[in-house]
Amino acid sequence: MAVIQRIKKPTTRKGKKVLLSKEPKPIEGPKQCIFLQGRNPSERTRKLLKDIYDLKKPDAAFLSRKNDFVPFEDSTLIEKMCYKKEAALFGVGTHSKKRPHNIILGRTFDYGILDMIELGADNYKAMSEFHNMKVLAGLKPCLIFNGPAWDLNQDLKRLKSLFTDFFHREKVESIRLQGLEHVLSFTATETGSIFFRSYRIILKKSGQRTPRIELEEIGPSIDFKLRRTKLASDDLYKESCKIPREIKPLTKKNISKDAFGTKLGRIHIGKQDINRLQTRKMKGLKKTPEEKKQMLLKKKVARQSARKMKATAA
Amino acid sequence: MDIVNEILEREQKKAEKYKPITVEKHLEVEFDVGTLLASDTNDLDSKALQSDEERDNYLQELARDNTQLLLNKVWELPTERIDEAIVVRLPAPKTILPRSKPVPKPKPLTKWQEFAKSKGITNKKKDKLHWDEQLQKWVPLFGFKRAAAEKEKNWLIEVPQHIDPMTDMYEKKASEKSEKVAKNELQRLKNIARARKVKVPRVGLPVTSDKANAQQLATAAVVAKASTASLGKFQDKLPKEKEARGKGIHELIPGKERKRKAPIPTPQAEKENNLNLIDKILNKRPKIDMDKAVSKHINNEQLQRSEEKKTVKLGKGKRKIKGGNATNFTAKKPKGGKGQRNPNKKNPGRKRR
Repeated sequence: MAVIQRIKKPTTRKGKKVLLSKEPKPIEGPKQCIFLQGRNPSERTRKLLKDIYDLKKPDAAFLSRKNDFVPFEDSTLIEKMCYKKEAALFGVGTHSKKRPHNIILGRTFDYGILDMIELGADNYKAMSEFHNMKVLAGLKPCLIFNGPAWDLNQDLKRLKSLFTDFFHREKVESIRLQGLEHVLSFTATETGSIFFRSYRIILKKSGQRTPRIELEEIGPSIDFKLRRTKLASDDLYKESCKIPREIKPLTKKNISKDAFGTKLGRIHIGKQDINRLQTRKMKGLKKTPEEKKQMLLKKKVARQSARKMKATAA
Repeated sequence: MDIVNEILEREQKKAEKYKPITVEKHLEVEFDVGTLLASDTNDLDSKALQSDEERDNYLQELARDNTQLLLNKVWELPTERIDEAIVVRLPAPKTILPRSKPVPKPKPLTKWQEFAKSKGITNKKKDKLHWDEQLQKWVPLFGFKRAAAEKEKNWLIEVPQHIDPMTDMYEKKASEKSEKVAKNELQRLKNIARARKVKVPRVGLPVTSDKANAQQLATAAVVAKASTASLGKFQDKLPKEKEARGKGIHELIPGKERKRKAPIPTPQAEKENNLNLIDKILNKRPKIDMDKAVSKHINNEQLQRSEEKKTVKLGKGKRKIKGGNATNFTAKKPKGGKGQRNPNKKNPGRKRR
């Protein structure tokens, strides 16, 4: 419901701005994220979520209160919190005997849950355990997905999209070459474990323009185990990926490029009568009045003979 | 020749100092430079991954190789220089990520907007201040300090010739303004109703739930009846059909005759009417319902008889109790129905004293 379509108009300008910011826009900004604690969170899950929160600052909110709920059964609490905080991504940490050190990452669409993936943290090394210089907050990281499993398994495909959504910050048009400092690498094995590593990029001289890359491990090092998933249906996913018309790149249909890269265009003309084509007028080829008379006579004769043929045929 | 060889050797040494930036891969790595994403579909060394010591090193090397390839691609892009920083223009991202909210639907235009579009009227930006000749100063047309400026200008409003000289012009102005505001509000609500495709009747509130209430139905029926060529004069009425009542319904029924109000009576006639009315009320005689009277009389007689019986019984009982016994075990418990079972009796429980 647009602000203008509300029956009760917003009384203050600030209120109107808040309502406008909640409306859907053609181009959206970076997705906000909230981190919740579930029933009985363990120290490890809390630290883990805190580390991911540090990676996502300032687009994230860390809620420290314990909430007694089971996300896979009852997701209304998550939807409510996401509505309140205007967040599209969420992470929940829980711990139980059956599912130790559990975190659930997910995203919402139109204030309803889109995807929810449960991961178990087997090995975890916090950011604080790596004693070296970290990366500036707010940088756009490079994302690397290793392993053929990312494209083969349906769940992993969605997980790849979810990880990209989580960590890619926002869409930028240009980036400073000095600002490429952070790399996140996700490696998926056939056994269902995913290795998450975070490195800092050090650019070294290589004798050429492009530098030699060296990595230094900084941030959290987590070995995830893929547990349950609750993925959106294909229709809902398709609808959420729709691109608004204003942004769709307009393709001109007449233009094409051949193998050499030359631009070719296609012009469509209607039917042409070659006898009556208008070509260049050359004064020398103009018909003199006598020639015109002769043409007329010829035509007359042709017409008469045609009539005669018709008469005889009939 | 030697010089050439020397130079070549020097270059080779220089190149050897630096580590290579090329990486060998079996399968090509897929890149999405717009989101700084690299997908390596080569097989992983499962042995290295299983052993705990080698795993981290292997992962670091793998990541280093892939990052090198990705950044090689990034460095190939055209660069610009913005404020002492070398900036690379990234291409559009290829991965389609889902949105957080659905695509906004185009809002339907309001009546004015459609009219403006068809006529080609565009919005002209109004300046806030404009020169007022009367006050000889710059006066805001809206917003802060506008009301004060208006007041200054209208410290006196003349009453024109054709209007009653006793009208309060300020009040008139205020009432006109409130009328305008109400009209604007009505039009805004109509625009919203048109956008939401809610049908609003001319009189009364629109139907909100799926069923209309009795008044709305009655109004609709009356309006429909009066929509004939003869304005509803020859339309039959259902036996118990009631006329619709309410504000503004009269205008919807053009053919209806107004209920003529009775002429105001003279004071004598009014006095007489009132007195007659009082007499009527006070002189009313009670109507006697024979059946009720008879049954009441019978009931009274029965009650009397039962009371007489009780006093006789009590008299006997009272003499005994005079002895001073609190508990008289010889006194019998009263038996309901005189010891006989009464099947008609509704409560079959034990009779308690």
